[in-house]
Amino acid sequence: MELGADEMAKMSAQLKDILSYVAKLNELDVSNVEPTAHATPLVNVLRKDEVRPSIETERILKNAPDSARDLFIVPKIIE
Amino acid sequence: MSLHTLTIHELRRKLRLGEVSAREATQALLDRIQAVDGNIQAYLWLNREDALSQAAAIDRSGDAKKGKPLAGVPIAIKDVINVEGQPCTCASKILAGYTSVYDAFVTQRLREAGAVLLGRTNMDEFAMGSSTENSSWGRTKNPWDFGRIPGGSSGGSAAAVAADEAIAALGSDTGGSIRQPAAVCGCVGLKPTYGRVSRYGLVAFASSLDQIGPITKDVTDAAILLQVLAGHDASDSTSVAQPVPDYPAALGGEIKGLRIGLPKEYFIEGMDPEVEAAVRGAIQTLQGLGAEIVEISLPHTDYAVAVYYLIATAEASANLARFDGVRYGLRVAGRDPIEMYGKTRGAGFGPEVKRRIILGTYALSAGYYDAYYLRAQKVRTLIRRDFERAFETCDVIVTPTTPTAAFRFGEKTEDPLQMYLSDIFTISVNLAGNCGVSVPCGFTRNPKLPIGLQILGKPFDEETVLRAANTYEQATEWHKQRPLG
Repeated sequence: MELGADEMAKMSAQLKDILSYVAKLNELDVSNVEPTAHATPLVNVLRKDEVRPSIETERILKNAPDSARDLFIVPKIIE
Repeated sequence: MSLHTLTIHELRRKLRLGEVSAREATQALLDRIQAVDGNIQAYLWLNREDALSQAAAIDRSGDAKKGKPLAGVPIAIKDVINVEGQPCTCASKILAGYTSVYDAFVTQRLREAGAVLLGRTNMDEFAMGSSTENSSWGRTKNPWDFGRIPGGSSGGSAAAVAADEAIAALGSDTGGSIRQPAAVCGCVGLKPTYGRVSRYGLVAFASSLDQIGPITKDVTDAAILLQVLAGHDASDSTSVAQPVPDYPAALGGEIKGLRIGLPKEYFIEGMDPEVEAAVRGAIQTLQGLGAEIVEISLPHTDYAVAVYYLIATAEASANLARFDGVRYGLRVAGRDPIEMYGKTRGAGFGPEVKRRIILGTYALSAGYYDAYYLRAQKVRTLIRRDFERAFETCDVIVTPTTPTAAFRFGEKTEDPLQMYLSDIFTISVNLAGNCGVSVPCGFTRNPKLPIGLQILGKPFDEETVLRAANTYEQATEWHKQRPLG
């Protein structure tokens, strides 16, 4: 993600403030606490691995910045 | 007759009795938008022609008389929820020109219920913000005072409802983005329990926190909309297959003996005196209605904002990786894909989104993961336990929704940390996963600005939260006051 020089300077200062604020979490002893990743009781929600119809390729490609023959076009990757 | 001022249940009655048609109701809303949205700017895009033909189709079908829950009711949708064939930009330049290719689960539910989809409402870019000032498409004004913010991130939805530019609206709430704008615009805003409403088709910000919910003119409407939105969906792996109760039916009855917890950490020195007075007054009203007050403690409240801004940004940094100029949205050319990604994201994202992507990437990076992200997840456990323990001695928790009424434009834009701290009362409940609602509970004096009362509940106990909110609302007149003529 490219940032301009001005943006970089401003953001460095702001991020420094935010990091020093979040450092307050160091006040707590969490050595015996399990982490929470999400708030539901669900674990490993799985479904059968089967082929199902999805949105048609042409409709998806309508939003593409560049496409040809059912493919997204990107700048050259390998010389 | 001013149809635009009606609630869902009022309009529905008229539609069922045949006193008005869906087309007349929709036209009334479009006229209202035409008259006031030049000032408010709640909408990013209006579904003018199609809304009228949707309404005409509903009139022909007789769905209103058949009792379809939202037949002919015009509803606005936040620009982060997909509606097939309509733009979905998340108020970001990176998605300018994007057209949704499918309906979100909630959109499908609204269509099945017969709602007329009016248009797309403004928001903070990718739902990151508390004032809607982070929109790439301009400011939405608070209908009570055009010099002030409508809250955020669902500021457009709340302003549209407050200004009678929609009968109701959908928002999304990751750290307060439904409840906070509802509070500062004088609406009702409900964040359902995590897992209650499918997020399929909601553009993801922080996946372990995001929930979709209604912004309405009263609590009855919030219950009606939740009834339509709630339910299991196999397309969202976090959707919980919990039976859906009859929410409108849960509104009746009384609250005698209901135990209301007041967390001492939320009533602190230095609180805005007018907010405090309004909330204390509301607590007295609830007591007068038979509720019992219990003092409780949520001891880790002070850490919630720090936990939130590490977890939400970490998840956002992963979720927003998909905006790279390859498959959709903006592309800024580069010599190779890496340069293209960098230029596209640099040009496409606004400052707050960039700030959060950087912070989140940092919190997840090797060497810092344990100190930031993992530690935040552990403190999240402590916050969740605080709520579990508190709900052993009370049925709902009551707090102010926001520390102050709506602030002025520009007041907090230069200091992101101050902006983050304005969410201090709404954030914890997203971390814990519980449900919560904001209802109007008073006004500041000069200028006159709405104040919100927050009522939090146990996971999947929206019924009790809605009943407490409704009983309070029916005993007061705050929700009947409107900002514009």
